[in-house]
Amino acid sequence: MSKPRTSMLRTLFLIVVSFTSMLVVTPAWADWALNLTKGVTPISHQVYDLHMRILWIMVVVAIVVFATMLWSIIHHRKDKGAVAAKFHHSTALELLWTAIPIAILVVIAIPATKTLIAMEKTADADITIKITGYQWKWEYNYMGEDLTFFSVLAADSRAVVDKTSDAKPEDIDNYLLDVDNPVVLPINTKIRILTTAADVIHAWWVPALGWKRDAIPGFINDNWTYIEEPGIYRGQCAELCGKDHGYMPIVVKAVSKAEYQTWLVETKQKIAEASSGADREWTLDELMARGEGVYKTNCAACHQANGEGIPGVFPALVASPIATGAVEDHINIVMNGKAGTAMAAYGAQLNDIDIAAIITYERNAWGNKVGDLVQPMTIQATR
Amino acid sequence: MSEAAVHDDHHDHKPTGIGRWLFSTNHKDIGTMYLLFSLLMFFVGGAMAIVIRAELFQPGLQFVNPQFFNSMTTMHALVMIFGAVMPAGVGLANWMIPVMIGAPDMALPRMNNMSFWILPFGFTLLLSTFFMDGGAPAGGWTMYPPLVLQTGNAFPFLIFTVHILGISSIMGAINIIATVFNMRAPGMTFMRLPLFVWTWIITAFLLIAALPVFAGAVTMLLTDQYFGTSFFDAAGGGDPVMFQHLFWFFGHPEVYILILPAFGIVSQIIPTFSRKRLFGYTSMVYATVAIAFLSFFVWAHHMFTVGMPLAGELFFMYATMTIAIPTGVKIFNWVATMWRGSMTFETPMLFSIAFIVLFSVGGFSGVMMSITPVDFQYHDTYFIVAHFHYVLVTGAVFALFAAAYYWLPKWTGHMYDEGLGKLHFWTSAVFVNILFFPQHFLGLAGMPRRIPDYAVQFADWNMVSSLGGFAFGLSQLIFVVVVFKCIRGGDKVTDQVWEGARGLEWTLSSPPPFHSFTVPPKVTEESAHG
Amino acid sequence: MARKDINLTTKKLYLLVVVMFGFGFALVPIYNVFCEVTGLNGKTGEIAVEKAEVLAVDIERYVTVEFDTNVNQATLPWSFAAKKFKIRVHPGEVSDAVFVVKNKSNRSIKGQAIPSVAPAQASLFFNKTECFCFTQQTLAPYEEREMLVRFVVDTKLPKKIETMTLSYTFFLSTDENKITSL
Repeated sequence: MSKPRTSMLRTLFLIVVSFTSMLVVTPAWADWALNLTKGVTPISHQVYDLHMRILWIMVVVAIVVFATMLWSIIHHRKDKGAVAAKFHHSTALELLWTAIPIAILVVIAIPATKTLIAMEKTADADITIKITGYQWKWEYNYMGEDLTFFSVLAADSRAVVDKTSDAKPEDIDNYLLDVDNPVVLPINTKIRILTTAADVIHAWWVPALGWKRDAIPGFINDNWTYIEEPGIYRGQCAELCGKDHGYMPIVVKAVSKAEYQTWLVETKQKIAEASSGADREWTLDELMARGEGVYKTNCAACHQANGEGIPGVFPALVASPIATGAVEDHINIVMNGKAGTAMAAYGAQLNDIDIAAIITYERNAWGNKVGDLVQPMTIQATR
Repeated sequence: MSEAAVHDDHHDHKPTGIGRWLFSTNHKDIGTMYLLFSLLMFFVGGAMAIVIRAELFQPGLQFVNPQFFNSMTTMHALVMIFGAVMPAGVGLANWMIPVMIGAPDMALPRMNNMSFWILPFGFTLLLSTFFMDGGAPAGGWTMYPPLVLQTGNAFPFLIFTVHILGISSIMGAINIIATVFNMRAPGMTFMRLPLFVWTWIITAFLLIAALPVFAGAVTMLLTDQYFGTSFFDAAGGGDPVMFQHLFWFFGHPEVYILILPAFGIVSQIIPTFSRKRLFGYTSMVYATVAIAFLSFFVWAHHMFTVGMPLAGELFFMYATMTIAIPTGVKIFNWVATMWRGSMTFETPMLFSIAFIVLFSVGGFSGVMMSITPVDFQYHDTYFIVAHFHYVLVTGAVFALFAAAYYWLPKWTGHMYDEGLGKLHFWTSAVFVNILFFPQHFLGLAGMPRRIPDYAVQFADWNMVSSLGGFAFGLSQLIFVVVVFKCIRGGDKVTDQVWEGARGLEWTLSSPPPFHSFTVPPKVTEESAHG
Repeated sequence: MARKDINLTTKKLYLLVVVMFGFGFALVPIYNVFCEVTGLNGKTGEIAVEKAEVLAVDIERYVTVEFDTNVNQATLPWSFAAKKFKIRVHPGEVSDAVFVVKNKSNRSIKGQAIPSVAPAQASLFFNKTECFCFTQQTLAPYEEREMLVRFVVDTKLPKKIETMTLSYTFFLSTDENKITSL
């Protein structure tokens, strides 16, 4: 009896010691942040003030109630010779402590109602952005600007998550809070933000803007923001949306109106350039090199960087009937997705070169040696 | 089965062997089984919590993959709510309600047996999903579609388990109401019922009203998945948000199902150790009824961020704030009961006082979250995780510990080890705050809930929280030792056990006979509730 | 204690359970009616053409209507776009919006468009007299088609709403969905 107990105790001791030592030796990471951000919009300031006001009211109530209790605990104890009183109700007292909370709640409700009404005023916006949640990335559509792009977790964070890099979270700038394409917004502009989703429910949340809103497939929600200070504001998906819920951050880059206009032009150009060259022959090496990057950004979350998938949840591509079978079937599933599963139709999300590169990569990586390469032109022909 | 188990004719003798438990219709035995089962589930769910806290100890993925992490959070909630807290409440009701109202047993003893024994069956089913293709459910215990429809083979098992657990709880609730309504001893009027009984009647009605709606909602999920309906599928004209409305129509009363019995327990214990009658008995009863009634009109505060019209948001904000009023009345009444009492601080009292303080902390953050515009920031962050763990762990679970320490001597006839009990209390009370208080900071600083990995700026508080979690988990082993020792032996206790205890249960011997109150006692104003 | 009383209580409680189970299902139509009345989920109404014509046009006032298009890409290989991103209309005025839909696959597919309006409250005042979303649409392989919505913004639209977004999401029609996933 005593022997297993001591060994168990020793194990426990070791666990505690190792964890405690980790606490001591790990570098001081962060700021021990305690409170809500004040944010950078008029609404976020109102929300912050409301938060602080209620917090302090609650603190005062807590002090009064707990102090009464403490007084009682110290003075009305049997070992101090306290004799129990006989009273067991008092209508006046009970009415009083029903009335006081009501008064406090009214004091809170008035500013809360004002803020809520202000939040609903989505009219008069200068630009409208539509945000679509996907498993697991965000799509930003600058409505009326013909500009749409995806925003996914930055490659350096992704490598740590996939364990394809030896880097530690603390070695990376903004681990899990950085993306490849931030959403750029002009300051001092009323921006209407629509949210929806393509698959399951997500929630778009940047604390500095002062609110979050669900993105629901088939429905559209509207909100607005007015950013007053240029800067980079980070946030995350805030509604459980499956495996990589923790890996779809949001980065808002707020810039001056002039910079925003320049950015619009440049970004449109960049997107056009990325899809140019679709009409020439590509070599296997070129497609493999491009394919690896596109695969990591778009496919590795489910099928894994090593192509082995997650058994029972996401199928392996290594030696799979699709990735090593007829090329038409492979193109079809990548372009059109598979109904009833998490496999999306990438035809709508990626350009011809990227699709060709992914398919080529999947057919020739990790020991898959089909040897054929799919040209962007072939993809173009299927559109 | 042993020979002796076959039959035993002696007066007031219990059947022996395994048959005593399998076929039991005795409220005390069934109560014991419920309590032991919930203790087991408390450790199963606790083990999952340890996995969660271990993974969150540091940024990066150390132990589990994100899919399994989601299974852990989902199953932890299901096991703790349906396996630990609810059965513990039903177990206490089974044990105590008949002896508190002077009835010989529950009204429907055979149904009582069934409602217990389908529980282990249900949980075997639920836990077996860990070994299925696609793993255990990982879409959150709230089961929001469309995500929950991506569950693998576990999906029908999840729905079926919910049905089974729902049926068990409904049967338990029917039994409790039938017992209290029909089997009270002469003189035991409704306004003389101990508050624990009162809170349980109201809880039972909440169960009967809320659980069938939940059963209906998950049935719709099932038909959406397999039979081509589109209740929640936008493509077929349905609405995924409607599930959330249905779910929380059940889900909000459900949180009161978890906490009302705790209110009842504390209302028994505080007067006993203050040696003074409960302050404001009548207002306590009305406050409980008011809370239960209001709980059906506040559900949408769980889903402010789905985008409701302004009028809806305002209505649910005001309605939610209103709940603070009857809850406040309860807190004030408890404090007033202690005021000018003659207090001693045995373990049940310590847990009850901690309950009042820490449940209030959860209540304060609750008021903060009722404010819609600010909730847009708090929603789905660690702030809410901290809030509901304060009300459910330091609230419901602490009250259950208090109840166990309070009635253990009555159940076993032995005094538990007070030293170990106090140790259990102090370790629990300290570590639970190290575990959950920093989560307020994490949530406010912007950490969403249900994520397996986080940005390094959240690292410090997560590490503190995890350390608190491990220590809190270990502290619970003390409780097992106390219970085990107390069942095995210990100082004999008197019938009354506690100096200030009032009520029918303390007129019985300790432990009470297998069949008690076969002749109904006579109840007077003086001998009624504390 | 009377066995009979217990049985009666129990029966009443069983009845309550059954009623509440039924109530759970009854909440579905109740929810839909509630949404139609309050605009809770942003689904839009439909009115007859005759009624639309009798609405007086409020020429004093302009409302901006934005058009948004989505394709549920997990299920449907289509492209879908509005010809014009936004138009300005007078409340009471009958207007048209044209959308272009293309099937990008080599098979014939049936789709269903689901409308949604933001802000949700505006959906109460957004009436369609003609819409491709009223019926399922079947597109032949690689077919491209223009589709029309004819609508009227109610003159009773609250003054504070100056911009509204009409959003459509094309889904694979549900009966087809069940077949392909089998």
